[in-house]
Amino acid sequence: MVSTLRFQMLTTCGTGYGLVLGLLALLAGAGLAAAWYMESQGHWVTGMDNQVVWGLPHVFAVYLILAASGALNAASVSSVFGRTDYTPMARLSGLLAITLLIGGLTVLVLDLGRPDRLIVAMTYYNFKSIFAWNIFLYTGFIVLVAVYLWMMMEPQMNRYTARVGLIALCWRLVLTSGTGAIFGFLVAREAYDTAIMAPMFIAMSLAQGTAIFLLVSTALFHWTGYRLDDERITRLGRLLAIFVLAVLYLVLLHHLTNLYVAQHHGVERFILLEGGVYTVLFWGAQVVGGSVLPVWLLLSHRFSVRGSVVTAALLVVFGGLAQLYVIIIGGQAYPLNIVPGYRLQSSFFDGVIAHYTPSLPELALGLGGVGVAGLLSILALRVLPFIPVAIPTPSSVKER
Amino acid sequence: MAKDLPQDSQRRRLLARTAAGGAILALAPGVKLAELALARDEDDPASTQVRWGLLVDVSRCADGCDACVSACNEEHALQTTGRPRTDPQWIRKADLVDETTGHTLSMPLMCQHCEDPPCVDVCPTGASFRRADGMVLVDKHTCIGCRYCMLACPFKARSFVHEEISGQRSYSPRGKGTVESCTFCVHRVDQDRAPACVERCTELGHGALIFGDLNDPDSEVSDRRGSAPSTELRPDLTLNTGVRYSGV
Amino acid sequence: MTLVRSTLTGILSMVLCSGTGSGASADINLPKYPRGQGEACVEPSEVMRRDHYEYLMHHRQVSVHLGVRTKRHSLVGCVNCHVAREEDGNYLPVNAPGQFCQSCHEYTAVKMDCFGCHAAVPDTLVRQ
Repeated sequence: MVSTLRFQMLTTCGTGYGLVLGLLALLAGAGLAAAWYMESQGHWVTGMDNQVVWGLPHVFAVYLILAASGALNAASVSSVFGRTDYTPMARLSGLLAITLLIGGLTVLVLDLGRPDRLIVAMTYYNFKSIFAWNIFLYTGFIVLVAVYLWMMMEPQMNRYTARVGLIALCWRLVLTSGTGAIFGFLVAREAYDTAIMAPMFIAMSLAQGTAIFLLVSTALFHWTGYRLDDERITRLGRLLAIFVLAVLYLVLLHHLTNLYVAQHHGVERFILLEGGVYTVLFWGAQVVGGSVLPVWLLLSHRFSVRGSVVTAALLVVFGGLAQLYVIIIGGQAYPLNIVPGYRLQSSFFDGVIAHYTPSLPELALGLGGVGVAGLLSILALRVLPFIPVAIPTPSSVKER
Repeated sequence: MAKDLPQDSQRRRLLARTAAGGAILALAPGVKLAELALARDEDDPASTQVRWGLLVDVSRCADGCDACVSACNEEHALQTTGRPRTDPQWIRKADLVDETTGHTLSMPLMCQHCEDPPCVDVCPTGASFRRADGMVLVDKHTCIGCRYCMLACPFKARSFVHEEISGQRSYSPRGKGTVESCTFCVHRVDQDRAPACVERCTELGHGALIFGDLNDPDSEVSDRRGSAPSTELRPDLTLNTGVRYSGV
Repeated sequence: MTLVRSTLTGILSMVLCSGTGSGASADINLPKYPRGQGEACVEPSEVMRRDHYEYLMHHRQVSVHLGVRTKRHSLVGCVNCHVAREEDGNYLPVNAPGQFCQSCHEYTAVKMDCFGCHAAVPDTLVRQ
């Protein structure tokens, strides 16, 4: 197949572009302001306390990190699995992987109690901690994908793209397992403490990354006047459906296994039945709205291709956020069973469901990460050629 | 630092022990100090020859008494802000109700100073660490305030400092943005004194808290643990905690 | 080329010569701080000025991680000696403007992290 594939930079300057840029700048600015407020006043101004120590910012941060890992899918499919019809989208895929990760890390670092000690975090390491490993995995990923993009963009280096792509794919798997292991390695909490967190997070990253990539690429290509043909969208949509089903399978497996563990009956009853907002989010937003509904939309041919794929992707994104909210916050809200067989009560909120209400600074910080990711993406799109010019159709052979 | 000759420090140790031994005899019975058999000089590092432990005799722990909590709060200048959800608590009294029999108890809960602490495993910078003599501490110079250790602790022992604080004691530095927990009053123990909670409980005559060297077979804490059954919290986790409870 | 070299030489000589003999101008406030207690510090002043950070960093490592609590280089020792008192007897924090630590740190524009956690005054009321 011979076809000319060129890339170019983003050149549009209209009001739509200005609005998007303005919105992203507003989000990023609000995030930075919130971080300054939280750092100067102390975390008492947030909804996080000694019971729920990780809140909405961490939901956003982990989401962005997972989406970053999964956004590299299109590039992996094209380089490693040889599907050259995805090659036009590969550069954007690599870019999103970097910028989403930077956005997520920004939120994580700015939420620290001592963000001024970032240099300490980068020089003192306890290698038994998965968090310490993650610092290397995340920063290494950024460097690796930058190299990957270089391989894709520099014609003389194109022959190395497949090899670097394979390394990036393996690195992603380790990185995402490491992110899941943050929770999976915690023996203390009944909602965590399970090896399934690692593969579940891998599946989640595949689903969320594909969803975000679909949304960004269809929007960007539509906006810049390039047509992404229906067949490619349908195939990406089907891939998304498979990933969402994989997540659903692992989630069901996790909860079903827990139901056989008498020790975990309490937390299961909490999440699945009596947890109030967590139960609603689990069943309504995660399972039905974020998994069953989008899969049906993607696999049934009832509606228009573009409409159903975009709607499904949006539903998957909200379902993913809800899932992380249930995991991260719901898992902390359930009280620790410090003395099994006894009901506990104390001045330190032992034995009671912790009440967590997200606060405005936390929401601003989380969205600030999205803003940072968006601004970095737009900056990169303007200075380097990421946008494909002529996307060849898969089955045709064009000679120009 | 000027280095002493070995015989000088040995002589000093002997003199210190004799003097302290005399002081112990002169004190009122029941006031227990940290075991002096392994008293160390200020320039000797803590060693694994000692393992500090605490025995909580729940049968002597009175319902409604929180003397240990007030002692700790005073010792470390822990202040309430009127926002209990974010206030630090290094030790708290927990009221327990047996789910099947309805039997009630009350006992203090604090950092259990595990031998295999989950909080130490997860700390990315190594700020959460276990000293050679068994104390699990936070090096607040390297703590970045990520709160991962708070997630990892099975006993919810750690607190995060949610706002700027003032009035710190010189021996107990603490500040906004770092994580803290019971230190077994390491500043006292290093001076051969008992932790504040133990001292207060003993002074008031309750005697529910016994502190000492678990590696010393002659210490009271070893003696009591050897003579009556005691349990660690969450025994299923096999953390080999330094704090044990008898009467639960 | 010769023009460039001569210009550079001219600039260099101006910069180098301006420092000699002029001393501190009347506008610059050198640090002024209350005198500490006793005859002298535990180390000579010139040594302390340069190296107090090294002493503190080493001491914090051995005291926190090893439990070595020698007094010579302890921060508590510094505060106890160098803290000043007001007329009514109250201690002035060593990191307050014009006090021992802060006056030099403000002059050199080096931010201190110590007293967010460490007490800047000696302990006053101790129970019993």
